[in-house]
Amino acid sequence: MIAQILYAFFTVILGVGGCFGYFYGSNWLLDKTFPANANNDASAVRNLRIQANIRPWLFLGPAMLLLSVYLIFPVVQTFWLSFHDRAGDKFVGMANYTWAFYDEQFRLSIFNNILWLAVVPALCTLMGLIIAVLTDRLWWGNLAKSLIFMPLAISFVGASVIWKFVYDYRGEGQQQIGILNAIVTYFGGDPQVWIALPFWNNFFLMAILVWIQTGFATVILAAALRGIPEDTLEAATIDGAGPFKIFFRIMVPQIYGTILVVWTTITVLVLKIFDIVLTMTNSQWNTSVLANLMFDWMFRGGGDFGRGAAIAIVIMVAVLPIMIWNIRQANAEQKGN
Amino acid sequence: MLKKFSLEPSRIALNLAVLLIIVLWTFPTAGLLISSLRDKNDIAASGWWTALASADVNKKSRLKGMADQVEKDGKFTISGNLFEGADAVSGKVSAFGTKVQAPGANAAGTTALLDNGETLHVNTDGSYILTSPTALTEDSAGRVFFIASQPPRFTTDNYQTVLFSEGIGRSFINSLTVTIPATIIPILIAAFAAYALAWMKLPFRGLIIAIIVGLLVVPLQMSLIPLLKLYNAAGTFMGVPSKTYLGVWLAHTGFGLPFAIYLLRSYIAGLPKDLIESAQIDGANDFKIFRRVVLPLCFPALASFAIFQFLWVWNDLLVAIVFLGSGPDQLVLTGKLNALLGSRGGNWEILTASAFVTIIVPLTVFFSLQRYFVRGLLAGSVKGG
Amino acid sequence: MANIKLTNIHKSYGSHQIIKDVSLDIKSGEFIVFVGPSGCGKSTLLRSISGLDQVTSGTLEIDNAVVNDVPPSKRGIAMVFQSYALYPHMSVFENIGFALENQGLPRAEIKKKVEAVGEMLQLTSYLSRLPKALSGGQRQRVAIGRAIVRGAKVFLFDEPLSNLDAALRVQMRMEIAKLKRDLPNTTMVYVTHDQVEAMTMADRIVVLQAGRVMQVGTPMELYENPNSVFVAGFIGSPKMNFITGAPAEKLKAKTIGVRPEHFEFSKTATNISGTLDYTEVLGSDSFLYVSTPTGMLTVREPGRTNYKTGQKLNLKPIAEHVHRFGPDDNRLK
Repeated sequence: MIAQILYAFFTVILGVGGCFGYFYGSNWLLDKTFPANANNDASAVRNLRIQANIRPWLFLGPAMLLLSVYLIFPVVQTFWLSFHDRAGDKFVGMANYTWAFYDEQFRLSIFNNILWLAVVPALCTLMGLIIAVLTDRLWWGNLAKSLIFMPLAISFVGASVIWKFVYDYRGEGQQQIGILNAIVTYFGGDPQVWIALPFWNNFFLMAILVWIQTGFATVILAAALRGIPEDTLEAATIDGAGPFKIFFRIMVPQIYGTILVVWTTITVLVLKIFDIVLTMTNSQWNTSVLANLMFDWMFRGGGDFGRGAAIAIVIMVAVLPIMIWNIRQANAEQKGN
Repeated sequence: MLKKFSLEPSRIALNLAVLLIIVLWTFPTAGLLISSLRDKNDIAASGWWTALASADVNKKSRLKGMADQVEKDGKFTISGNLFEGADAVSGKVSAFGTKVQAPGANAAGTTALLDNGETLHVNTDGSYILTSPTALTEDSAGRVFFIASQPPRFTTDNYQTVLFSEGIGRSFINSLTVTIPATIIPILIAAFAAYALAWMKLPFRGLIIAIIVGLLVVPLQMSLIPLLKLYNAAGTFMGVPSKTYLGVWLAHTGFGLPFAIYLLRSYIAGLPKDLIESAQIDGANDFKIFRRVVLPLCFPALASFAIFQFLWVWNDLLVAIVFLGSGPDQLVLTGKLNALLGSRGGNWEILTASAFVTIIVPLTVFFSLQRYFVRGLLAGSVKGG
Repeated sequence: MANIKLTNIHKSYGSHQIIKDVSLDIKSGEFIVFVGPSGCGKSTLLRSISGLDQVTSGTLEIDNAVVNDVPPSKRGIAMVFQSYALYPHMSVFENIGFALENQGLPRAEIKKKVEAVGEMLQLTSYLSRLPKALSGGQRQRVAIGRAIVRGAKVFLFDEPLSNLDAALRVQMRMEIAKLKRDLPNTTMVYVTHDQVEAMTMADRIVVLQAGRVMQVGTPMELYENPNSVFVAGFIGSPKMNFITGAPAEKLKAKTIGVRPEHFEFSKTATNISGTLDYTEVLGSDSFLYVSTPTGMLTVREPGRTNYKTGQKLNLKPIAEHVHRFGPDDNRLK
């Protein structure tokens, strides 16, 4: 154990130190190669200009290199792979895409993804809005928001353990230790294997994501609500509007942009949803979604990189327009402030 | 302010509604925490929500025998406590009996008539007096079955088990080894890049910014195959293992950079122009301006990104299982937990304690630095996972 | 000692021209003020001298050396920004010493110099404080201290008083004037949109409009002999009255300008007469707003006035103080 800790410690020092070393070292080298501090003569002025031309690239270099290797190269490569066979040797044209189009499993995954898209963003945003409005008027509202927000800090795997425990099933007649079945049996119902219930099991998985993401929606929307000028609400009260009218006619229109940003951000997240399905059901019982299907084709059962890549491209194409819209919206919002 | 404390019915309803939501939201996590502190037999025997109440359990105890009998007025008595010989340490006796089928035959505090004219009096605290007209001749006067209500019992045994024999402790260190550099390195690299993109004169600045923002959309999963191939090729070429900590740090750095640069650039670009120019006139070069002026001033933005990245890396499963090995010296917590879910799926005492170990760090970070986290979230609501 | 010489300076952003052919000769040790309405290019001109902006064409000389391509830190200049640009996370000492630190001076020498400056500006007891713990006036002194400590030959001020309240502004104006007295060899260039600051502090004023120099001269020269309608209207408060039509034609001008204090009241009818619309009584002076056929005229009377609102007034400009302008709005000889 001690050896392990020491090893970890030195690895960390080495990694972080190397990074610091690069920035200090490269800038030190630049200053030494083209000295400009000493005096004001022509060479100092010239060196200063050379420094100014080189230094931005010293600053940007590592970022550009890493972005190229870890994001730009994979995008290009995946695109290329999606037109090739399982090992990536032979060009097969659109074959992977046509395969996907007719594949039963792919259709199921798309169907499930759409189901997720229809339910999760809407539910999170709605819950978030309700909670934000309710807690805004409580003295312990911040504490309440913290608690709602907390699941966001928990890993998907951790959340899966938590929820597996909630959905736990014991045979009929046995003491149920999963709270959901305990409640069902308390009211006289039969215990269910929730995550294996055909079709409905999707919703039990979605509940986990809603549980996690509602806090996100709450916090963003609460901040937006606080940004509404108090006097518009007061003016509406003086104009005789009731609380519901104030909410729908005064508050919601003013934070409409934020609502959309929250909605789309969760939408993008849902399109990429992977961990929950992997850890809860491992795509069994017809719960597969696109990212998991892609993962299965890439890493399991012998693997077919071409098909996996084609699914990856489908995900990216679906995400792209929403993201572009989202960034624009966020930028407009920023400028508006 | 005053209206926040009023006692109108609508206010009470509001408080109750929020309370209900909170309970709904924290219940699952509470279940995990409470279960992880229970005895493993208890977890399997009853729901965790019963753990806080006293539970009635059937116990048995062996009475003392002839060695302890005392003669008084021609009667022989033995006194003792039911809990002495039982597997329960303490509790409250509610009823007792001498037959296994009927442990609740006699209420506590009463005297039961036994065979051979013996009587047994048992109090709620477990103390008993056995009275017999004749001298006892056996080592024990027989067995007593009783119902004891037991106070909640909690134990840290599960944690000791998972930390020291299930490998969670080791994975904890592995997770730290991954997370700390994978948080600091991208901050440094992104902060330098963000400064360059915000304040330095360089060609194609607009284009570079546009590309970086565009990279926010790339789904992480799609990068895995090409990178895995690259890692394997590089590993073979250089004669080193392809699954290293360095590899996973760089991967997390690369994946985190677009958001980091996006977040930090908008913050750094928002610093007062006068300050940067003043430092230029004061003769500081860009490296010095960055170190002495920009870095101290953008601390809040750095902190919010750091929390973000920390939580993201700590909670990540996918990148770790792809770029790190599954041996005990590399398996991170999320990966370990995922493996336990498969192999120890029914052992809730292992799973709950392990899960709580994995979430304790992010929860601590979250609750202590929440302010910065929320700020980062507000700025980064376009990241989208 | 450093003079500044600008020759045919142009500056444009894309197709937008900010500075149009500006030539100026600033003498060593002079306090010169660039004044003009916002957007006239005065700040850009100052930033060009500092090196923070590059000029598009023309030559810029400081101390007889062309500095067009010299970066700001090598021009021997110091600048006091509108916001003061104090580093919020550094103490007053560090703020003042930062430039010296960048020059690589030894610690002891930095300490000596910073403390000397601190004493000069009465900041000694504040050296360890952060800027946020200082008053507005003290902050300005720190900003000035940063300029002094470097021993710069040229001080550039970019509207340093515009963020202060009125009372403090007067006080800081005096402090800058005192600074000027204490550093007679330092050339100072000061940008403001406030003509009062320009009048009170400048050795010479440069009036700019739309990127061009309209007039250069001492405050009194500009006040007494403005060479255009623009300068005449810009310098002096309240503004000079401009009269067109018959009274101007009589003096063979398109427009005549008369300052509020240069009117006399006549018992008999004159060619400028109107009714008193409104009176502002300031105690020391009264301003009478008289509505005439040529427009609203402002007349200044010392002390209090006896005229009543609605009363008919006959105004007569004092002949030697009448400014005559031609059709091109320039002064007529």
